Amino acid sequence: MSTAYQIVVCGSIVPDPLQTLEPIASPAGPALKNEMMLPAVLDPWAGHALYEAAALAKSQPGSKVWLVSLGPKAKLQQVMMTIAQKVPFELVALDGSASGFTDATDTAAALAEAIAAIPGLDKSKLLVFGGWESASRGAGATMQMVGERLGILDQFQGVDRLTVNVDGSLEILERIEGGKHQVSKCAGAPALLGWATGNLPEPKNNPQVGMVNMRSVMPALQKARPVKFAGDGLAFASVALPKQLRETQVVKDKLPDDIAKEIVEWIKQ
Amino acid sequence: MDADIVCVGFGPATAGFLTTLSRQLVNADGTPAVESAVLPGMPPQVLCYERADDTGFGVSGIVTRARALRASFPEIQTAGIPMAAPVGEEKVVYLLDPHGASRRSAALRCADGLIRTAKCVLPFEHQALTLPWTPSFLHKNGGMILSMGQFMQWAGAQVQSTGTVQIWPGTPVAQALVEDKKVVGVRLLDQGVDKKGNPADGFTPGMDIRAALTVVGDGPFGPVGRQLDEEFGLPNGNHIRDWAVGMKFVVDLPADTTLKPGTVLHTFGYPEPEIFGFLYVHPDRVASLGIFVPSWFDSPVRTAYRQLQHWMLHPYLWRHLQGGKLRSWGAKTLGESGRRGEPHLTGDGYARIGEGSGTTNVLTGSGVDEAWATGTQLAETVLELLKAKKPFTKQNLDETYVKRRRASWVETEGRIAEKSRNGFQKGVATGMIGMALAGLTNGKFSLGKEPVQPWKRISSLEEYYAGRIARGDIAKLREACKAKSVSLHGALMDQAGWAAIPFDGQLLVSHQDALLMGGKVQAPPGCADHVVFRHPELCEQCEARICIEACSGQAITPGENGVPAFDREKCVHCGACLWNCSQADPENPERMNIAFRAGTGGLHSAEN
Repeated sequence: MSTAYQIVVCGSIVPDPLQTLEPIASPAGPALKNEMMLPAVLDPWAGHALYEAAALAKSQPGSKVWLVSLGPKAKLQQVMMTIAQKVPFELVALDGSASGFTDATDTAAALAEAIAAIPGLDKSKLLVFGGWESASRGAGATMQMVGERLGILDQFQGVDRLTVNVDGSLEILERIEGGKHQVSKCAGAPALLGWATGNLPEPKNNPQVGMVNMRSVMPALQKARPVKFAGDGLAFASVALPKQLRETQVVKDKLPDDIAKEIVEWIKQ
Repeated sequence: MDADIVCVGFGPATAGFLTTLSRQLVNADGTPAVESAVLPGMPPQVLCYERADDTGFGVSGIVTRARALRASFPEIQTAGIPMAAPVGEEKVVYLLDPHGASRRSAALRCADGLIRTAKCVLPFEHQALTLPWTPSFLHKNGGMILSMGQFMQWAGAQVQSTGTVQIWPGTPVAQALVEDKKVVGVRLLDQGVDKKGNPADGFTPGMDIRAALTVVGDGPFGPVGRQLDEEFGLPNGNHIRDWAVGMKFVVDLPADTTLKPGTVLHTFGYPEPEIFGFLYVHPDRVASLGIFVPSWFDSPVRTAYRQLQHWMLHPYLWRHLQGGKLRSWGAKTLGESGRRGEPHLTGDGYARIGEGSGTTNVLTGSGVDEAWATGTQLAETVLELLKAKKPFTKQNLDETYVKRRRASWVETEGRIAEKSRNGFQKGVATGMIGMALAGLTNGKFSLGKEPVQPWKRISSLEEYYAGRIARGDIAKLREACKAKSVSLHGALMDQAGWAAIPFDGQLLVSHQDALLMGGKVQAPPGCADHVVFRHPELCEQCEARICIEACSGQAITPGENGVPAFDREKCVHCGACLWNCSQADPENPERMNIAFRAGTGGLHSAEN
């Protein structure tokens, strides 16, 4: 049995992970130094969710993917240039902070409101995808709250695989403690899945996909709704980067066992 | 896939082109000002493909008069472009050698002696002489200091927000599609291939994008521009033989810095007389600084990274830099042939703009403004042709774009600069005098001779270090470095008397750490090597593997049987290997044995 899903992916931007980040205190609370100057990328966790959504939509004829993205409009526009050639989606843009220092509750409320406002959304076909966590926020709470606000009871976090069974039920592989997976089943949509890494490689650039996506991306950005967070009740006692000690080696073709031994020795020192 | 216009590369020239074009494709009421041929009823479909992973990567910090930029953006000074500053104090400084390690001619040593003798009456401090007067053609007063990374991000956002053109970073163009001497579009790079380009997992052949007009703005060493150079040749008398690699740091200056935003400092004389330096101060205690290593620098160990560190350690500069912190790092090849390297600007179905079309002015030290200007000139003529429903033939493009370009300041000033650097073929002192002469006489007079092919200027290590390092010692160093699979320049410079760099972990860091700390390198999997040794047998017999020494990212290392190894994951796409090769290609002596093809990845830094 084939089911046409309406798959809404929540995903925003984070600073390019190759940049050196430095937290600073700003009048509005903690922030990253020069954050608006840093290049941005789609949050890698959300990226996995988007690519899984596209693969599912491709396998289930009639399905459609939306990407609901909350971030500074100029930065969203920039990131769309790099991901809109990957997979087909329709963008729903919200113009606001994508900072890791905003309250997850506020972010979830804005995302849930935007999802609920998508015209023609049929909850019986709705799958909400997102990153289990985020490269800018490790709380892992946002997607759960989005689901709660949308009244979706079947929620799965740390998902590595989704299989649609012949009867339309969903079989989901979730990460649990101890490096193991838990297999769950639910009857079908609506469901919310917070993805871990999934199993799909990053899709290759496809100019035709890009050309089609861009026809909806730019109008979506132009009408992006501004979102302002009050930030009430949220305070940061302190913000600091983990202390790091770097010792650089560039070595090719070394056996994994040898690398592991060397790392263990280094840690022991 | 069909489009109306496809652009290759998103540099300043293409940004100028798209800025001008995108504003006029749609009327105020939203209807198309001109109609697409491939999507009737819609405005022209304009696509731009850029190799780098984002619009602001792989470019550099500059000082510019900003004439063309200001014509496009009259409010550019107050547009809020990060790291932009109006030009303030400008100085040109001659750096003397405080350590006696540089290779100076007898004339320069004599001049240094005179300067030191008369230092009490000269503007001399910290082993440097500030030139009391500089000719007006060197000045940028009224101009701007820009981080090109930030400016290009900003300009890209302006263009994209019009919704009329699409820019796709991370998508290299492999080649132009040429049919019956007409360019009919481009082919994108194959994805899912092995190092040699053979199909592998997830093979996706590069898509053909067919378009009535292909705008080639892929810079001085872009694969499409060079393909067209080979396909159609260069106009009689023109050649592309002058190059330089610019290597730079973006630095957080110390908290107590006295350098003011807008300060422009240019240096010459040290660490080697042939190496020029620059320091531009952005707002918020940030500086862009670096050096240019030109192709007429005869050293076979043209390692820009270590030379840059010695330059920073010069007492005149170090007093400002000590305590600073490296934010970002990068390198880029500049095409320094300028007007003399101009290719055929147009042909049936294509037009060329920007640095790869010979816009760089080597006399005024300006390139971005000129590149931008040619982009806007092409856009205006494209709109004229579209509105007149005329095809993009060579004749039509010549009568519009080329005519407009010939009548502009880009051409006038390019002609003045054309022979201004000939003197450097004979030496630094002759070169400096020749530049002044050309500049002060509007190009009527110059010194020196026509540049020769870069490979002809590369001497052997033994010749270059004659009298400083014994042949036997060079042989030993060569063997030792080969055994360790590292480049030679460090050992040679140590032996020649250069002091070790006192690494501080903040600003003075190892070359490898610079790659990891600021502007890190990334190379997506599934793409072929873009640096290819055309005739490996020539590498086997090569004694001056300058490609290894000059590689900005340590991506080229000693390899088996003498053929250098290339590591795509470390390549910053500076393009220096293209001209830092001592072996001429037997099939074409105007090019060397290294091919720099289309490739993905490179530096991830938008502050450069």
